[in-house]
Amino acid sequence: MNYRFFTYIFISLFLASFNLSAQTEHNGEAIHHEEQAAVHEESDGDKPYDPTELINHHLSDSHDYAFELPFIHKTFHLPIILWTKNGLTIFSSGEFQGDEHGEVIVEKNGQKFKRIHDLIVYADKVGEHVDPNEVTLDQRPLDFSITKNVFSMLLTFLILLVVLLYTKKSYDKNKVPRGIASFIEPLIVFIRDMAKENIGPKYEKFVPFLLTVFFFILFANLFGLIPFSPFGYNLTGNIAVTFVLAVIVFIITNVNGNKSYWTHILWPPGVPVILKPFIALIEILSIFTKPFALMIRLFANILAGHTIILTFVTLIFVFKNWGVPFASGFATIFMYISELLVAFLQAYVFTLLSAIYFGMAVKEEAH
Amino acid sequence: MNLLHPETLVFWTTLFFLLFLFLFIKLAWKPILKTIKEREKSIEDALLEADKAREEMAKLKADNQKILNEARAQRDEMLKEAKLLKEQIINKAREEAQAEAGKEIAKAKQVIQSEKQAAIKELKNQVSELSINIAEKVLAEELKDKNEQIKQVEKLISDIKFN
Repeated sequence: MNYRFFTYIFISLFLASFNLSAQTEHNGEAIHHEEQAAVHEESDGDKPYDPTELINHHLSDSHDYAFELPFIHKTFHLPIILWTKNGLTIFSSGEFQGDEHGEVIVEKNGQKFKRIHDLIVYADKVGEHVDPNEVTLDQRPLDFSITKNVFSMLLTFLILLVVLLYTKKSYDKNKVPRGIASFIEPLIVFIRDMAKENIGPKYEKFVPFLLTVFFFILFANLFGLIPFSPFGYNLTGNIAVTFVLAVIVFIITNVNGNKSYWTHILWPPGVPVILKPFIALIEILSIFTKPFALMIRLFANILAGHTIILTFVTLIFVFKNWGVPFASGFATIFMYISELLVAFLQAYVFTLLSAIYFGMAVKEEAH
Repeated sequence: MNLLHPETLVFWTTLFFLLFLFLFIKLAWKPILKTIKEREKSIEDALLEADKAREEMAKLKADNQKILNEARAQRDEMLKEAKLLKEQIINKAREEAQAEAGKEIAKAKQVIQSEKQAAIKELKNQVSELSINIAEKVLAEELKDKNEQIKQVEKLISDIKFN
């Protein structure tokens, strides 16, 4: 089982270099090979190769799903779901014909839309060359589309569900873990024991949440490292995703906060009375900074990992020197191995810190 | 990374996370955790039982030893008693035998004594009879002559000493 798992990882590492190069995309048109990229660039001489755009494109969300396997490239159009002034509007992202520069205008539900980079705006309210970061909320509809990341997340959850159902099923015949359960069970026991240690006697009601968070982050991290479709996404490296996870941790922590927890925050014991309001102020701030740190830590770690790997790969196309692929290939493999560690580590750290915060909320005073 | 429309992922992450959290709890975590807990408990119980059995075994062994020791002690005591009894019996038998023998000997001695007395008596009688007969014959022989008679009387008289 473990042997096969590592074999997959190493095959993934091997495929990484040429597959990532295939992710070079130009207006939805996939360029398959190194030489083709070079040819394209020469014919398009005024537009130099831009690694930043490539990397940004990989790390950002998208309404089109570029399905990429070695030698197979196909773009799927995902549904666009908008909450407009005229209500819910749904259409396929194919209607933009891959345009991301506001050139194609789509008329739906009595309104005109165009897409600037990844942002869908009202065509009549936004000018031609506008920075999408400056578009205000009244210039665009609320976007609830099934984007690439949403689809990837659903996929991650579904795979996780299948894995867990298999794990559960393996117990039906025999109480001894077999097959995939022998890989999953140690992790479950590990997280459960960690929760027990950090939360105390009331740990049991938090274990399902901690397990879900741990496995979701772990699977998202690991699948994010597999460099071909439908994996290789950047889910946990997206601040919106980690924001939601952190908010849920924040809510659970404070909903479960007992008297001792709130006393420590609002009227900290063992502090001179004059200082109490100031300490309380800091403590109140810390309620928010703790989940904030959770959000930033996971997001930054995964984002940085993906960025570094992509940077090493794009170096090949920037330098166009025969020696660079060896050096950057080696560096990529090294980064991949360290990212593998980070995938486990960050999933664990997020879960551990969540458990510690829950522990602070429910622990009875023990000074 | 561009985060142009954060509401998309915030909305779907919340929805998916809560939905799958619920699904996982129902379908996976509860049964899996229950199985693990039950198994841990059964292992713990089995270990405890094994410990108990081992303890019982040790106790049993100790009991056996105790019983064995007691039996040995009893056997020793019995042997000792038997030895004592044997000695007593032998002694008694010896004493009795000695007493019996003594009695027999005494009886024999008495019989011998009485036999001896009777023999002596008979011998005496015979001797006296014999000697009277002899004396008669001698006297009859010697007193044939008168002189001789006188001589004899005289001799006898001289033999008698007066004290």
